[in-house]
Amino acid sequence: MMLQPIMDGLVNGAIIGLGAIGVTLTYAILRFANFAHGEMLSWGAYIALTLSGLLGALLPALATPIGPFSFGWSVPIALVGSVVLTSVLALAVDWLLFGRLRASGAVTIILVMASFGAALALRNLLEFIYTSSPAYFTNALQISKQILPGLRATPDQLLVLGLGAVLVVLVHLLLTRSASGRSMRAVSEDPQLAALVGIDTRAVIRMVWILGAALAAVGGIMSGVIVQIRPTMGLDLLLPLFAAAILGGIGSVPGAMLAGLFVGLAEAFTVQFIGAEWRAAVSFVILVAVLLLRPQGIFGKAMA
Amino acid sequence: MIEILSYGAFFLTMALTYAVIALGLNLQWGQTGLFNVGIAGFVAVGAYVSAILTTPFSDGRLGGFDLPIVVGWIGGGLGAGFLCLLLGALTLRLRSDYLAIATFGAAVVIQLALLNLEALTGGPFGISFIPRPFADLSDRANLFAFANLAVMVVLVLACYAALQHLVRSPWGRVLRALREDETAARALGKNPVSYRLQAFAIGGCVMGLGGAAQGHFIGFIAPENYLPTLTFQVWAMLIIGGSGNMRGAVLGAVLVWAIWALSGSVVSSVFPADQQARAASLQIVLIGVSLCAVLLLRPRGILGEAGTLRRQPKATSTPSEGQNTHD
Repeated sequence: MMLQPIMDGLVNGAIIGLGAIGVTLTYAILRFANFAHGEMLSWGAYIALTLSGLLGALLPALATPIGPFSFGWSVPIALVGSVVLTSVLALAVDWLLFGRLRASGAVTIILVMASFGAALALRNLLEFIYTSSPAYFTNALQISKQILPGLRATPDQLLVLGLGAVLVVLVHLLLTRSASGRSMRAVSEDPQLAALVGIDTRAVIRMVWILGAALAAVGGIMSGVIVQIRPTMGLDLLLPLFAAAILGGIGSVPGAMLAGLFVGLAEAFTVQFIGAEWRAAVSFVILVAVLLLRPQGIFGKAMA
Repeated sequence: MIEILSYGAFFLTMALTYAVIALGLNLQWGQTGLFNVGIAGFVAVGAYVSAILTTPFSDGRLGGFDLPIVVGWIGGGLGAGFLCLLLGALTLRLRSDYLAIATFGAAVVIQLALLNLEALTGGPFGISFIPRPFADLSDRANLFAFANLAVMVVLVLACYAALQHLVRSPWGRVLRALREDETAARALGKNPVSYRLQAFAIGGCVMGLGGAAQGHFIGFIAPENYLPTLTFQVWAMLIIGGSGNMRGAVLGAVLVWAIWALSGSVVSSVFPADQQARAASLQIVLIGVSLCAVLLLRPRGILGEAGTLRRQPKATSTPSEGQNTHD
């Protein structure tokens, strides 16, 4: 009774967390709330769907399920391709739109507005190409297995949890231990000082887009494997992503992941005890509570 | 000929309801630099509050107070304004884009409430039989259409005059001073949070009023009328007309609504029925791209801000900055 929502919440929370890492990095380093980030999850999922469909058609052996999972090798291969292509998409949007606005010295809120327009265009482009009906990676049904008394999970769900944990540790190590991670944190602390000591700000910005888009693509594919793929999946995830990024503290990767898990759990318990129709309100309640009680978030520094 | 005139009147009436909403947004964004991503939510609150106040009593639904239309409109405006006041109080002390995130979230929750609070809102089916102004003329189509248009023209002129008065008053000058140079305005003893909060709430009030009026002209409201596309249309109206300029807001509303209605009828006549949803999404893609293009190429819109002292862009400064909020 109590264990099942925990499992469902953690799985969904891992997806929210991966998306929130991208939001928090864009916010900390490029300094604006990117309303188009949700669309990176949708595009990641649809690109992977297309690639895996092509692979499955060319080499049917790739479509046969791997071990206990619902999908064949075509999906993990498509995931790699989608990570690359979604990063290219993010860089292209930056080159076309955000980069030009930055270069012209536009203030934060113009970037936010542009991201809003870009989100609308990207989302409706997906709807135009793939129609609004939901799509799936496979038609195979998975039976959930009993793990503990009162707790069932499908192998896919366990894989999502495991992959989410591995990715967060990797990103955290990348940011804290590598040279490019250190320059990212330096730009986030003080962009002018960072540029002065010879850090290539443009390389850091590219890194932010690639990292954010790659994690978003993985999150979107996970959501597609577990639930379904729809053009509005990114829009529906956007508020949970913002809530998690702000709750975790802007700029904090572990904070974004932990807050993502928290948002996921809160949603799962709401579905269990209040009703599935109110699920989308959970993130807003969390957001309002954070802004009232601790606007800098759990791991954030106080900001003016 | 008569039919064209009556259609024209209907079209213009709808466009002018959008003009009222765009005027509200102009106070929030154009004069004050506050980014509201939840317009659809505030418009919905205005429309629903007014509908609940003015519709006749019906079984199975709370509300239905059968009050005069004017009371409904005032109630709708106050409801949306109060909501803006709460959201502004929550976020205006914080970073400038927290307001955007909070209004986005509010619109999501309002949409959810419209769908789920069936006892009050009628759920997915919405509220029908909203009284229309001059309902006793409704058997004479032309007179009815023009009477409604006249009501809307008066409402737009009233909002225009009231907002113009506000913007030109010392109060409006403080708003622009805060937008252009917050530090200097602070040094003169002006409290930025309090002024912004007032502007945001008054702007929300005007939006709610526009929403209420719209509901009464259509006669029927449902949650699907208040999706994020509406927010986006109103933004397109203000940005294309020219933010900071009230005539621009009205012009933009009529222009964008005309483009929208025209391209919509092209879509429905060119594409087969099963492809129309896809074609409609392409319509939104094009408007999304053009919003980004205006931000990049002509950030001041068609008319731009007029009649105020605004720093002229110099070669050394940044030519494309639309607004100058500091965070």
